[in-house]
Amino acid sequence: MSAAGEGDIRSMTYREAMHEALHEALANDDRVFIMGEDVADYGGTYAVTKGLYEEFGRDRVRNTPLSESGFVGAGIGAALGGLRPIVEIMTVNFSLLALDQLVNTAATFLHMSGGQFNVPLVVRMTTGAGRQLAAQHSHSLEGWFAHVPGLKVIAPATAEDARWMLPTALADPNPVIIFEHSGLYNDRGPVDPDTGPVDLDHAAVRRSGSDLTIVASAGMVPKALAAAEQLDKSAISAEVVDLRSLRPLDIPTLAASLERTNRALVLDEGWRTGGLNAEIAATLTDVCFWSLDAPIARLAGAEVPIPYAKHLEIAAIPQVDDIIAAAANLVRPIG
Amino acid sequence: MNTPATTPAKAGAPFDYLLPSLGADMDVGKIIEWRVDLGDTVHRGDVVAVVETEKSDIDIEIWHDAVVDEFLVPIGEEIEVDTPIARMRHLDGDTAPEPTIPEPTITEPTTPSAPAPVGQRSSRPETPPTLPAVRREGVRVSASPLARRLAAERGLDLADVRGSGPAGAIVEADILSIGASPGNLAPTTERRRGLGTMRSLIADRMARSNREIPHYHLARDVDLAALDSWLTTRNADRPIAKRILPAALYIRAVALAAARHPELNGYWVDGDFEPGTAVNVAMAISLRKGGLVTPHVSAADERSVDDIMSTLTELVAGARSGALRSSWMTGATITITNLGDTGADLVHGVISPPQVALVGFGRVSQRPWVVDGVLEVRPILTTTLAADHRATDGTVGSRFLTTLATLLENPETL
Repeated sequence: MSAAGEGDIRSMTYREAMHEALHEALANDDRVFIMGEDVADYGGTYAVTKGLYEEFGRDRVRNTPLSESGFVGAGIGAALGGLRPIVEIMTVNFSLLALDQLVNTAATFLHMSGGQFNVPLVVRMTTGAGRQLAAQHSHSLEGWFAHVPGLKVIAPATAEDARWMLPTALADPNPVIIFEHSGLYNDRGPVDPDTGPVDLDHAAVRRSGSDLTIVASAGMVPKALAAAEQLDKSAISAEVVDLRSLRPLDIPTLAASLERTNRALVLDEGWRTGGLNAEIAATLTDVCFWSLDAPIARLAGAEVPIPYAKHLEIAAIPQVDDIIAAAANLVRPIG
Repeated sequence: MNTPATTPAKAGAPFDYLLPSLGADMDVGKIIEWRVDLGDTVHRGDVVAVVETEKSDIDIEIWHDAVVDEFLVPIGEEIEVDTPIARMRHLDGDTAPEPTIPEPTITEPTTPSAPAPVGQRSSRPETPPTLPAVRREGVRVSASPLARRLAAERGLDLADVRGSGPAGAIVEADILSIGASPGNLAPTTERRRGLGTMRSLIADRMARSNREIPHYHLARDVDLAALDSWLTTRNADRPIAKRILPAALYIRAVALAAARHPELNGYWVDGDFEPGTAVNVAMAISLRKGGLVTPHVSAADERSVDDIMSTLTELVAGARSGALRSSWMTGATITITNLGDTGADLVHGVISPPQVALVGFGRVSQRPWVVDGVLEVRPILTTTLAADHRATDGTVGSRFLTTLATLLENPETL
């Protein structure tokens, strides 16, 4: 048995993995505390912090008023004061109320203080559609944060990353925003207890393929993998790359994949216009131009507020069949 | 094939009539005249339109009983093979299947077939835009960046490459396939000028034949004395218009010989011989303006000499007036070239791909000939065979020529 070996690889839900990471953070470092709306007694809107209040007490797991600007600002202050706050914002839609704190303060403080003050803040929030929560709880705005220098933006798509990205984020001296896709919480995946903190800088090839590269993040990753399995039946071999980090983007890994496949389909659950996948497509076109055998394709959400009605919500964001059709069209154009 | 329908069609079911390929080398054509009007009822075999191809203007036929609802392409616009050109509706009781004579696509490297449209949804990304093209020597060449890089590395001129991507763009597969088979080189002139001249088409086709087909050539002299007298007798009481010409007998003889040696009747496709499902004997017909066409007499082994003669008359008239029917132009399984009229003693032919044999007829000349130990002067014809050594060996070809000679020397068997 190896020294670090705590046991076998376990199958965990994404929620359990995130919960265990938070638990570990609270247990290992007294400077760490959690705050957010209903994170204590209620256990968090998505039940990620359930039980932590009972174990660590109200000082370490703190409920806040419905005032995103206020409690994110408090988190920044606590970070500047030497603590390691983990701030939970219920959804990315609500984070807009805290944009001033995040963009004007957290992201700029190191710069504006001439390098004197880091802001070691971790902000967690959910993103994405699929749970019939309608247009004020379902949008995918992580691309907006990925626009901002001074922020690190990560999006775990697997239980393993949900488990092991948090310690790295906490160790970062600067603000890190973690996007948890609400559709992933019940997804189960293997978690290796020996993995330890993972790097946040690299995209991961989740599936190898030779005909095209499907670039995905967060909730798009399992859909891309499901599409790739089905494309295999049509003799189309798709490589799936999970971005993991939305800022900075790991362009070398994406480019290396594209150099192998010569075609890319970039997915984004968010809106197409001005979306993060436009940035990825444009950058890859710059870097890989002479290896492209087809224009880089994008598949994104419909340009509408996410609808409440189930069938309309399904229609508004890329689904497995859409990915299959887009990939097939890229590899074997119809007409 | 004209339409995808091969099963009995439902009355009233709409279908698109596609521009048929009128030869292995035809990629594009132009509708120059509709021979039907909207609302017309057409029947199997009816001429629907006249299509201009590199070869000539060809009447295209419909294989269904149908009503014409809509024309989908304008007159005079260059369109690709398989473009829907008219929308039609099946008539009640129309069960006509597609003609099954294939014109195998040859030497085209295997490229992935069109995708089975998998799970298409409304939010499918927009159709691929036309790739950026460059203009060079008056040519627009659309090619992917990767294809450009690969072509440059291989010293290939993109103008010479046939594109299989969106809007005919050249993609990686097109360049790589040239390494494997030079057959993917586009007909240069066609690319440069749209519909090229017949000369360029012949140039491309024959160059391909010489490049790809390992020919072997055999010859056999035939005594035509019996055939001459048989013809004289046969034609004696016929008006000129009804007379049989030797060419009809040549076609009949070649058809019978090909039926007996089926290894020479068919196609070389994708590394394998594919026997013809019928014996369709093409005849090279030279045109006054230059060039030649090769319409065929279908199932010539099952037709009488008179029938072949009347068909041949139609073919020649059609060829010379530029009114060839599509059914004449596709599906030939073996070809004859007859250069005797212009004085050549014998022909070393070049096979018309994807066929595997070409039979040559030279001049009939009076030559000393030994008959039963006695020297006589006889009308002697030198027949030749050019055959594809991939498909057959010389023994097969030699037996074929012997059969042909025996048939021609015993015209009553024709």
